[in-house]
Amino acid sequence: MNSTRIQYGKLVTTVIMGAVSVLFLIPLLWMISAASKLEKDVMTYPIQWIPPEWNLIENFKAVWLAKVPFSLFYWNSVKLAVIMMVATLIFSSMAAYSLTKLQYKGRSFMFALLLSFMIIPQEATLVPRYLLLKWLHLYNTHAGLILMGMFSIYFTFLLRQFMMGIHNEFIEAAKIDGAGHFTIYWKIMLPLCKPILATVGIIKFIWSWNDYQGPLIFLIKQNLYTIPLGVQLFRNDYADNYAVLMMASLAAIIPLLIIFIVLQKQVIKGIALGGVKG
Amino acid sequence: MAKNEVNAVRASSFSGKRRYWNNSRKEALFGWLFLAPELIGMIGLSVFPIVFSLYLSFCEWNLVGGLSTIQFVGLDNFAALFHDDKFYMSLKNNFIYTLLVVPVGIFLALILSVLIHSRVYGQSYFKVAFFIPYISSIIALGAVWSALFHPSQGPINQFLISLGISDPPKWLADTHYSLYAIIIIAIWAALGYQMIIFIAGLSNIPDELYEAASIDGATSVQQFFKITLPLLGPTTSFLFITTLMSSFKVFDLIAFLTAGGPNNSSTVLVYRIYEEGFQNFRMGYASAISWVLFLIVGLLTLLTWKLQNKSSIS
Repeated sequence: MNSTRIQYGKLVTTVIMGAVSVLFLIPLLWMISAASKLEKDVMTYPIQWIPPEWNLIENFKAVWLAKVPFSLFYWNSVKLAVIMMVATLIFSSMAAYSLTKLQYKGRSFMFALLLSFMIIPQEATLVPRYLLLKWLHLYNTHAGLILMGMFSIYFTFLLRQFMMGIHNEFIEAAKIDGAGHFTIYWKIMLPLCKPILATVGIIKFIWSWNDYQGPLIFLIKQNLYTIPLGVQLFRNDYADNYAVLMMASLAAIIPLLIIFIVLQKQVIKGIALGGVKG
Repeated sequence: MAKNEVNAVRASSFSGKRRYWNNSRKEALFGWLFLAPELIGMIGLSVFPIVFSLYLSFCEWNLVGGLSTIQFVGLDNFAALFHDDKFYMSLKNNFIYTLLVVPVGIFLALILSVLIHSRVYGQSYFKVAFFIPYISSIIALGAVWSALFHPSQGPINQFLISLGISDPPKWLADTHYSLYAIIIIAIWAALGYQMIIFIAGLSNIPDELYEAASIDGATSVQQFFKITLPLLGPTTSFLFITTLMSSFKVFDLIAFLTAGGPNNSSTVLVYRIYEEGFQNFRMGYASAISWVLFLIVGLLTLLTWKLQNKSSIS
């Protein structure tokens, strides 16, 4: 009797929360709806959620075959996000391996030092980093942007936490077999760290894909642009064509939605990791 | 005989070398080698830049003439900040933004996560639904909101007009509302992140506590205030810190949607850095603003580290 009453309450909360979640997602639903409409129907009120006249394919063509080279931006984004992800994984895991499994004088000091660098906000170093890229002749290049996105103390920290939980016996056994430090890192540590590497990699990919500030400041040539800058171009060039702008926005989000739906456990776990450390 | 001696010397010097590169020295060498890229990267792209920007903040430089045209001007840039209305505006906007985004966001996320954690069916649907905006490109979401907030035809204002409000705000195009429109979007977009962190914190609270409490006859409201809220303390303070700091660094939505306007009504510190540094090319002045930002964020970080250490000791 008691339990059925509780279940009933739970059902009511579920229904209410379901309604709240739909309300919460209205901007995204509106985007999908607008992306499949004729421009003249986008702003009609009351909102027609189902397009009276479908224009999905025409809007799709307008985005992908426009004079703005959207597919090139897409390729740039994929390329940059993948390279930055791999580089971050390598450098962060190397540092984490050094900070957990190799014994040397000054190790804990170096860790404290690295942590203290975390108080420097990237936003406060925009001007000198811009000058640095100019002097290195890497301003307005993908290489420069990659250089800016290769190192992360935050991810080093997460990887270190994970590696501290790996037993030293694995390493001792490999040493007895004559393995060097690099072999131990590459052949033993990295495979053991697969779950955390996957988590960190996905999050880094998403962040790189969504980065707006970096490309905005460090890139000027249009053929180097990434997706967020592409969406901005559409906003400037098609100021009064919301249907096309919504299609471009949808295209910017869809790869992330797919990654997220397929790997939601990894993504959610990765985000939550940052919070649990306290 | 002599040959043997030479060989012996060679052997001993060789073994001496080997002894020098013994296991622990080798391990130390590898330790530094593995740490080096990250360390050099952080020093080159974070520590050197912040130090260099301190130097630049005492200089006047428009970039065009090359390094030789850097002029040392002492505290002029900082003095100029005191008379700069745009700077005051950005500082004020950063504070308004923080004062609204931090508490409102955390409060909404707390309610949401408590409900989703234990009081609904289909938990994973709700996690995904509320989390989607956070992983989506903020620029794409900004584009959607720019349509929703459209002053005359946008659905939000059409809705308000249908409610009988004859003259609704122009939102992003309105000096009185642009910042608040940004704040609404920001709270909406970050809610999923805060919810996920809270849910992680909630799942660390043992169920037995609630069982014991309900046996003792505690209502669910009492349980919330006596168990959930106190045990979520560390999670809440973590969220408080991260949200506080990210709200002083807000840039993307503002640069994309309003460019700090209209009439600087939505400008913030980082947008001022962008404007002075990369549009007006006043490198010294932009560096001075950067250091104000660094001091604010740095002090907040140090303060919260201190507080955290205290709470973890007690």
